[in-house]
Amino acid sequence: MADQARFAELAMEHMSSLYSAALRMTRNAADAEDLVQETYLKAYRGFGGFEEGTNLKAWLYRILTNTYINIYRAKQRRPDETDLDDVEDLFLYNRIGGLEAARAGRSAEDELMDLFTEAEVKAAIEELPENFRMAVLLADVEGFSYKEIAEIMDVPIGTVMSRLHRGRKALEKLLYEFAVSRRLTEAQPDIAT
Amino acid sequence: MADDPTPLKPQCEDALHEIYHLLAGELDDHKRHQITQHLEQCSPCAEPYDFYAELRRTVQQRCRDTAPPSLLARIEAAIQHEPH
Repeated sequence: MADQARFAELAMEHMSSLYSAALRMTRNAADAEDLVQETYLKAYRGFGGFEEGTNLKAWLYRILTNTYINIYRAKQRRPDETDLDDVEDLFLYNRIGGLEAARAGRSAEDELMDLFTEAEVKAAIEELPENFRMAVLLADVEGFSYKEIAEIMDVPIGTVMSRLHRGRKALEKLLYEFAVSRRLTEAQPDIAT
Repeated sequence: MADDPTPLKPQCEDALHEIYHLLAGELDDHKRHQITQHLEQCSPCAEPYDFYAELRRTVQQRCRDTAPPSLLARIEAAIQHEPH
């Protein structure tokens, strides 16, 4: 039987990042808490089979992802199709990349952080179609490698890459829509909603 | 953009295409070296690279939530109730 103290020592430090991911997945705090609790319980029950030295964080995310899919996906299934034909490479950069640089004395990069509020970035991620959202969360928020994501999501690495490609485009588009709606940049006729 | 007046050189096209993979640390040593070298020599490519690097940092920092202390207590209590 698993050693409670050892489990707590190794696993609990990941609670806030699991909770953040759970919030992006479920989009509400009560479900996110339940999901994280369920994840830890399953992890604890399976801790006997966990080999120290292997990637505990990836293993916890794998349980989180599977648990989310099993419990929540059925009730909030949404299609992954989203119209990205009008989203070219460098979409966001082409539209707002030069914006801040035009203001004297400030570099473009330093201001991106000011351009998007925490609520907007979270909302943009949460708006992404589910499979894209998971891939983008794992790669670009949590920093997992593509190979780890393939294992966590249990799909081939080519699928991870295509979900990331489309998810990143969709995220750029959503962020741009926020920027437009806040009138921080001029709307382009084909993009403005 | 589609109406960009100057066509991209192949090495620029290559570098721009790999920005996300470079930022994610997913390029092999050879490719990474090739592109970082290019970025040092080509400011029009370095600019979008810096932009996407900052976008990545922004998204990461903006998506950090702290679990409520009550959640830790709940989980610890649930684990206590598990059979030993």
